[in-house]
Amino acid sequence: MRPTPSGLKFLRALLMAAAVIAALWVGLRVLRDPNVFAGLGPSLSKLAQALVAMILGVGGIWALFHAANVMIEALPGRATDFLRPYVFVVPAVAVVGLYLIYPTVGTVVESFTDVPAGADPLTNYRQAFTNQEVLQAMRNNLVWLLIAPAVSVIIGLAFAALVDRVRREAVAKTFVFMPLAVSFVGASVIWRFMYAWKPPGQPQIGVLNAIWVAAGGVLVDLGLLAEVEPVAWLQVIPWNTVALIAIMVWLQVGLAMVILSAAIKGVPPELIEAARIDGASELQSFFRITVPSIWGSILTVFTTIAIAVLKVFDIIFVTTGGNFDTSVVAVRMYQEMFRFRNFGQATTMAVILLLAVLPLMAINIRNLRRQGVGA
Amino acid sequence: MTTATVAKRLSAKTGRSRWLVRLAVVLIVAVWTVPSLGLLTNSFRTSVDSSSTGWWTSLFDPVATAWTLDNYNRVLTSGGLFDALVNSLIVTIPSTVIPITLAAFAAFGFAWLKFRGRSLMFGVLVGLIVVPLQLALVPMLKIYQSTALTGSFLGIWLAHTGFGLPLAVFLLYNYISQLPKDIFESAYIDGASPYTAFTKLVLPLSVPALASFAILQFLWVWNDFLVALVFLGTSSDVAVLTIELASIVGSRGEAFHLLTAAAFVSMVIPMIVFLSLQRYFVRGLLAGSVKG
Repeated sequence: MRPTPSGLKFLRALLMAAAVIAALWVGLRVLRDPNVFAGLGPSLSKLAQALVAMILGVGGIWALFHAANVMIEALPGRATDFLRPYVFVVPAVAVVGLYLIYPTVGTVVESFTDVPAGADPLTNYRQAFTNQEVLQAMRNNLVWLLIAPAVSVIIGLAFAALVDRVRREAVAKTFVFMPLAVSFVGASVIWRFMYAWKPPGQPQIGVLNAIWVAAGGVLVDLGLLAEVEPVAWLQVIPWNTVALIAIMVWLQVGLAMVILSAAIKGVPPELIEAARIDGASELQSFFRITVPSIWGSILTVFTTIAIAVLKVFDIIFVTTGGNFDTSVVAVRMYQEMFRFRNFGQATTMAVILLLAVLPLMAINIRNLRRQGVGA
Repeated sequence: MTTATVAKRLSAKTGRSRWLVRLAVVLIVAVWTVPSLGLLTNSFRTSVDSSSTGWWTSLFDPVATAWTLDNYNRVLTSGGLFDALVNSLIVTIPSTVIPITLAAFAAFGFAWLKFRGRSLMFGVLVGLIVVPLQLALVPMLKIYQSTALTGSFLGIWLAHTGFGLPLAVFLLYNYISQLPKDIFESAYIDGASPYTAFTKLVLPLSVPALASFAILQFLWVWNDFLVALVFLGTSSDVAVLTIELASIVGSRGEAFHLLTAAAFVSMVIPMIVFLSLQRYFVRGLLAGSVKG
């Protein structure tokens, strides 16, 4: 076979790329217009739309890479070698540049510049740190930070250590691990049901109030308590914040347990045995040998949960909407964006979040490097 | 005291402590299971039962309980949850495949191809793991609202791709850069281009790493609320399950028979993915606990 002249080869590649882009463009237009498949009836048309979306989203990205490669290969040898690496890395770099680098810089800049004409650049920050509601949100973030990571780590560590000694370890672990697959919104619904409140006298449908009223009833019968009333757990300040933190703990203990369980199994058994022979009790060997050996993992889990806690949004947004003194910085930011349309304050909230997260991130990355994970 | 009595006392003590250990494990498992069990049970109860008695009463007396599928029927048909379920699939599958593809190409390029600016680009890309996505919201919202990207599936695919890429590149680079050098050399000698080597050799060899990230990203996108709320919105032709569920909380917050059924619908697919691919998920978690 005679080699195709390179001009023709390139033209063919160009045509192919144009065809891919045109097909994607048409496909995306079809996807935007829900009426295209209306003739199929409501459920079928939705499924047809899903099919188009899958083909476009999954096939499109591969078609684009393939077309780019064909074009590069059609160029003269030296140009091919020079450009090829960029075909591999530039798409990722470009998307991240658009979705992370550009807006991060933009957010930081806007927090200083989106101020009334003539006002000084720190206006937004001054306003944030004098607004009682913002301060309340920051205090709540601090309460979350003080409770959620520590409690999750302690329960996760305790469970990891205990479950090591029982039969059917894997089953028990799966039950505690399962909430990790549940969305924050789903968990919020689950716990709203746990915290459900019915007026006194009616049967309680929430587990917590049922236990509360039953236990209180016993105390009343014994004459230790005058009366017991069901509690609206999500409205009583300040305990409602604790009730919300419990949702986060329920979700995160599985993460702590899995990572710490793997770490505990990595502690050399000789170390524990030696300590036991020297007369250490099981508890002593746990606190003196096991915990120090897995300290790096404990720290990683703690900082990971702490970062998630600082950015917490869904749980509060869905359960209380930030009312009853439960707001946090991320919820406040959303309200500034969409309710007050105050982008200056919204970007300031984002920068405050970044500043709070950065030191934890630094600890996390240094710690992971030391353990050799991903190095 | 003789050695025999010491040994006996010791074993009695360990016997009791073993019992305590079991009790503690059962207690924690119970506390972690009861909320989900309540959700599942209540989703099959009638609206009258659901609002007048605790869900546990049905479990204690399953025969006398009027179990029903009506709640599922209602949320899926008139409640719009079926469309939301399909929307979640439309959003999640491309939002998982696109970042993996981009990240795999990039990871291969960074690991095995030489070009100018390599270490700078890689450093910046992976360094962005630390940036909370809240930093992206305001400027991206402005871009989205001034283009046709708001409320479009393409828009949210790209958003999830952007936010997931740093971690994806980090995880896949760690794996792909450790592949043995010889396999590429023999492929190049056979005349393969880097593109062929990548698609025919690197991708099949990287399946464990790809699967780990895929599960992490799938669950992350499926369960996401904030990104969908800001970039995709709440209109019913695009709203995903988390959005629809939150809107039922807003409109029918006390209708727990419907809420529990809707919540369960939103949890089914991630549960299946999670339970069937747990092994890969744990591996991804261990490596991915850096994500911001």
